[in-house]
Amino acid sequence: MPDKSSKLVTLLFVLFFAIVLPAGHLLGIVSINTISLWGRYCCFAIAALGIDLIWGYTGIMSMCQAFFFCLGGYCMGMHLLLKATALQGQELPDFMIWNNFSSLPAFWQPFHGFVPAVLLALLVPAGIAFIIGFFVFRSRIKGVYMAIITQALALGMYLLFLRNETKLGGTNGLTNFKTVLGFDLSSSATKLGLYFAAVVMLCISYILCRKIVNSKFGKVLQAIRDSEPRVGYTAYRVLHYKLAVFVVAAVLAGLAGMLYVPQTGIITPGRMSVTSSVEMLMWVALGGRGRLKGAIIGALLVNCLYSLCTSLFPEGWLFVLGILYILTVLYFDKGFTGLFDKLSTLLHSRRKAVVESPAISGSSSPSLRGAARLSAERDEAIS
Amino acid sequence: MLLSVNNLSVSFGGLQALNLSHFQLEDKELRVVIGPNGAGKSTFMDILCGKTKPDTGEILFNGKPTHGLTEVEIAELGIGRKFQKPTVFSSLTVFENMTLAARMKKDVFSSLFFKMSPAFKKRIIEVAERVGLTSVLHQQAGALSHGQKQWLEIAIVVLQDPKLLLIDEPAAGMSDRETERTGELLLELSKEHGVIVIEHDMHFVRQIANNRVSVLVNGKLLMEGSFEEVRNDQRVIDCYLGRANAQLEKL
Repeated sequence: MPDKSSKLVTLLFVLFFAIVLPAGHLLGIVSINTISLWGRYCCFAIAALGIDLIWGYTGIMSMCQAFFFCLGGYCMGMHLLLKATALQGQELPDFMIWNNFSSLPAFWQPFHGFVPAVLLALLVPAGIAFIIGFFVFRSRIKGVYMAIITQALALGMYLLFLRNETKLGGTNGLTNFKTVLGFDLSSSATKLGLYFAAVVMLCISYILCRKIVNSKFGKVLQAIRDSEPRVGYTAYRVLHYKLAVFVVAAVLAGLAGMLYVPQTGIITPGRMSVTSSVEMLMWVALGGRGRLKGAIIGALLVNCLYSLCTSLFPEGWLFVLGILYILTVLYFDKGFTGLFDKLSTLLHSRRKAVVESPAISGSSSPSLRGAARLSAERDEAIS
Repeated sequence: MLLSVNNLSVSFGGLQALNLSHFQLEDKELRVVIGPNGAGKSTFMDILCGKTKPDTGEILFNGKPTHGLTEVEIAELGIGRKFQKPTVFSSLTVFENMTLAARMKKDVFSSLFFKMSPAFKKRIIEVAERVGLTSVLHQQAGALSHGQKQWLEIAIVVLQDPKLLLIDEPAAGMSDRETERTGELLLELSKEHGVIVIEHDMHFVRQIANNRVSVLVNGKLLMEGSFEEVRNDQRVIDCYLGRANAQLEKL
């Protein structure tokens, strides 16, 4: 029953984003800006899936996912900027001219082509995650130390990208994009296309992630979260597994960033600040850790709320987010999805109780529940 | 000889936790190690399974030295460890716990594309029957009772198909009936594997000590012998049981 209803929810979800929203636009009810906004949220949801894999399933708190997101974003941004520059007949992007560059830096060269740029947007985050992950996981850094070290990395990279010497536009980042694959970025049709690309990639990412978590590999990830030493003594090389999931999460973040940039038209170091990474973790925490749907719902809902709040009372957003976070930590540690589950089981049992004869359910269940609680208490006392 | 240990020593912050001059285990032997708290029993197992690195000494497992190997490599050689505090994967089901443990290729790609074969499933159900977990096979391991967790951990170790099982206090926190069943299980396991058991409960030791018992005191091997020999040895009574020999006198 719950399986069936969750399938239904997924179907409705896909129908809404793939058909209802675009149809609304064609009928003139939904503005293209709203569509584009949801397209961006879908990108966030892709990154959130990666965070759920590494944090929700494996229990590794990585606080530099926004950095990987921006790596993907910058790769795409560099390509778009080079195209725009060529369109204007210039040799160098504007910011390079202002900074008195004489020629295009060598590492910009591969980004002339679309395909190399897309590949690099995925490979650069993967490669950097691999290198960082290798050293961090080999040193058996975990828990709060992992969070601190990745946070420090995010901050360091943020400061590095702020500088003009990095040759990536400094504080202003990359902007003034004109076309993608020859399509005009300001036209509604292109925006709709980019929205579809984001939705499709979100669906593909979700399916792949679900394959991953349902495979034995996914079970090993959960086992690492539960008891890492036991996994080692069961002859699994924990380092390889952690590294693999860290790289997968980074690639998802890179993919999200790559899809995000053409839709927003700008990428700045602000996107990779420590707060952005923390916000990304919050999406997953609020949506429901350890559930792929939770990550998606969290990313979409929180960002939707963000847009609503910032337009209604711009000053209040951080308070709203903070209160939501505290409520989640205190009362529903499984996030929104956990709340839905609780409600649906409550409804279910209510319905069941009505159907069954009240005498039976009344006599048997309290004693059983008491016994279960006793055994749980005994377990805790022993451990 | 399955296991042969020479001059093994380790100290923590100046305190000599273990100083074992000689220890040997035959293939398919069940050995019980007893000793007062702090005698170095668990430390000995920690060293055998690679959790702790010894300061000096040599361990030969099946004639091969285990020096410098990681926990994973030692586990691959065929040493399985059950910890004192049951450690299972609490958010996975009993069946999934056992699936992960079973002997197979354990690299990332094999895990990603792993398919359950009927023979594999049969083996897990067999082991589940043996440790009495058939009825809870699809329950979350975290919801099991303490005794069931102990058995699940034993099942995890058994499924790895090790040549040597290191079992640390299997009967801790179990009822008398559960303890007895655990004893039967260990005796049965010793027909196919070498087994070292650490235990405090003397009733339980008497039940399972079908061969030799080793007594560790202050990190040193005090004596080895049958359960009766150990029980009647004056040094054991003085050193180990001097403080709390009530339990032994009752036997």
